[in-house]
Amino acid sequence: MSINMIEKPPAAEAVPTIAEKTPEVAEKLVIFAWSGELDKIWPTLILATTGAAMGKETTIFFTFWGLFPLVKNQVRLTGENWMQKMLSMMNRGGDEHLKLSKMNFAGAGPAMMNHLAKDHHVASPHELMEVAKEMGVHLIPCQMTMDLLGLKREDLIDGLDEPAGATKALADAQGAITLFI
Amino acid sequence: MSITIAKSLDLKGLSCPLPIIKTAKAMKELAPGELLEAFATDPGSVPDFKAWAQSTGNPLVESSQEGAVFHFVLKKKEI
Repeated sequence: MSINMIEKPPAAEAVPTIAEKTPEVAEKLVIFAWSGELDKIWPTLILATTGAAMGKETTIFFTFWGLFPLVKNQVRLTGENWMQKMLSMMNRGGDEHLKLSKMNFAGAGPAMMNHLAKDHHVASPHELMEVAKEMGVHLIPCQMTMDLLGLKREDLIDGLDEPAGATKALADAQGAITLFI
Repeated sequence: MSITIAKSLDLKGLSCPLPIIKTAKAMKELAPGELLEAFATDPGSVPDFKAWAQSTGNPLVESSQEGAVFHFVLKKKEI
């Protein structure tokens, strides 16, 4: 075989450089809501509703302390044994009973924060939770933490997806923007 | 030739993320090529509208300011 039969490689310009490639847009947003505090759940819901508004398939996976905001506001006590009941006494569930991670001042901090939010026409976590449902954000409670903390399905608000585990959460997170809040 | 606005939104006084959420909802109801205008007072809505337009592919035809009010015009993308 003579050397002139060797084909030249395809023209170099066909291979795009990194700078020329259009950035890939993630079509999904998955937020792991681990913290149940007002100042963590609030941005979680702001980002989730915004993600949905940007056309991204959006999921919030609620785990550990993040589950308590999903408890119905009128449910005072959850849990089956004294430890789980004690936990819910110390850490009341519901998106209208959230505490601040700092400057809580026995509830005075959140009260001031909610007052400021009203003055500045910022939607409350409770309102944003409703918007999230309306926009089709998947709200998935973690089954294992529900069992651990003694939270039953009927303790939690309506409009949630089926409780699931870490595998479902990680499968959803493939190719998504992921946040752990 | 005058430009017709299919829908007008008053978002004055609202803070993030509501202006974008209400805009996204309203844009869903528009036919391709139709225009939506929005009035907002949140200064954060200026970069937000630009980013929303870029990431969703609906062109931001206008972004202007008059006093404390921001005016945006978005065009629903052709499919």
